[in-house]
Amino acid sequence: MELTRRNVMIAGAGALVAAGMPMQAFASATDDAIAAFTGGAEVGAGDIAVVAPEIAENGNTVPIEVSSETAVEIMVLATGNPTPGVATFKFGKLAASRSASTRIRLAGTQDVVAIAKMADGTFAKASATVKVTIGGCGG
Amino acid sequence: MASGVKPRVKVPKTAAAGDSITIKTLISHKMESGQRKDGDGNVIPQSIINRFTCDFNGENVVDVEMKAAISTNPYFEFQAMVPEAGEFKFTWYDDDGDVYDTTKKIAIG
Amino acid sequence: MKKLTGILLASTLATPLFAEAVDDTLVLNEEIKMVTRTAAPAHMAEEVDEIISGWHFRGKETRAMQADDFDNPGMIFVEKGEDSWNKVEGSEGKSCASCHGDSASMADVRPVYPKYNEAAGEVRTLEMQVNDCRENQMGAEKLGYTSGSMANMTALLASVSRGKPVNVAIDGPSSATWEAGKELYYARTGQLELSCASCHEANYGNMIRADHLSQGQINGFPTYRLKNTKLNSVHARFKGCVRDTRAQTYKPGSAEFVALELYVASRGNGLSVEGPSVRN
Repeated sequence: MELTRRNVMIAGAGALVAAGMPMQAFASATDDAIAAFTGGAEVGAGDIAVVAPEIAENGNTVPIEVSSETAVEIMVLATGNPTPGVATFKFGKLAASRSASTRIRLAGTQDVVAIAKMADGTFAKASATVKVTIGGCGG
Repeated sequence: MASGVKPRVKVPKTAAAGDSITIKTLISHKMESGQRKDGDGNVIPQSIINRFTCDFNGENVVDVEMKAAISTNPYFEFQAMVPEAGEFKFTWYDDDGDVYDTTKKIAIG
Repeated sequence: MKKLTGILLASTLATPLFAEAVDDTLVLNEEIKMVTRTAAPAHMAEEVDEIISGWHFRGKETRAMQADDFDNPGMIFVEKGEDSWNKVEGSEGKSCASCHGDSASMADVRPVYPKYNEAAGEVRTLEMQVNDCRENQMGAEKLGYTSGSMANMTALLASVSRGKPVNVAIDGPSSATWEAGKELYYARTGQLELSCASCHEANYGNMIRADHLSQGQINGFPTYRLKNTKLNSVHARFKGCVRDTRAQTYKPGSAEFVALELYVASRGNGLSVEGPSVRN
């Protein structure tokens, strides 16, 4: 995008909205995805962590890591994307840890949520807010 | 077959029996999200790799269900247990039905 | 105009996202220590004290991605470049390797390009030399100047030179081209009346919207951008920059951009070759 005063102001306003108020518009899709994963079971805090940059330089490629001591599966959701699904990791017999890293797309500033499914059928949830910046120059 | 798809994996050549090792994988793939439009304003249909698996001597290490929010050139890093010498098999499943795979041997030593 | 630009830049500073050039050291694959900041070459010492790789202006995650060949997505394209290096093409039944041998033997090439070619009587970029080989040695089709196949090839040639200092000649037969490039670097263009220097000399370390202005060094090209998830060539970047000043741009491969590349490369003389680098 060309750097014009008008565009800068529009972009600035957009950034303020995005920074102050992580998008909630797709909350129900996120809730639906969680419910589908948990079968409606209660999800509290617990043995699950999600590591993501506080500020992503580009929403196209955001490195994240999810980890747990005991999870058998971890589902990752991007709550502010048009569709919240990112990935579901199922750890097999030869997984040496219940952790994985990947690179994901975030459509804007939002929360990345990880839901861990434990061997006993309980669930735990963690989230991290990632601010996605708008680049300066086109290309 | 989606053009130019090329898997890369990084696995140590050797490990001690029972060791845990770090594996990294990367495959060149557009991961077309289904959210983009072409020059005429038509939505470009989603075309992604939707599943990735890693197995060692037939036992599963990790099985990942992938959505369109995984970045272009999908990257994964995870840990595997190496109980004995053998072979890792990595498999990627494309929406278009193609399957890409590659293997890596590891020795005990 | 300069003042207005300053206001524009300042007003976009919602929050200082990253500090000035980050204090960090780039060690490639825990092996090759890269020179990412060093004293400016004599020809520009009056304007800038220290030259700094764009790597220092990127966030922690982006910097880490470049430090390891596996984590660097640009290396996929280096592998593709290696495949075409060894592929026989054209009427002469030759590949690049038929004449040059292993790609690693080209380690001293990238650092000195653009370079004056005696026989042709002109300064040539690496892309021009690749196409000269293809046309006249291999009898093969030329590659598009900013095409993916060309970027794969220049990424391969840069990758084998990583860690070696950029060292383009600016004197002798190169001097006229270098002077022309310098002229372009300082010429204000477009409706915004910005020169390369407006952003990359006078304002590096400042923000332009939410992004950090670097010195515009090209020692890391071709560069894998997280934004478009592919390799980006130097002239494509030049074109983007000139377009952003709201000017008609020169064409990739044009005499103007060749001259500009020589001049900009010379502003990085002493920095390690980093291509393919990772940027946002």
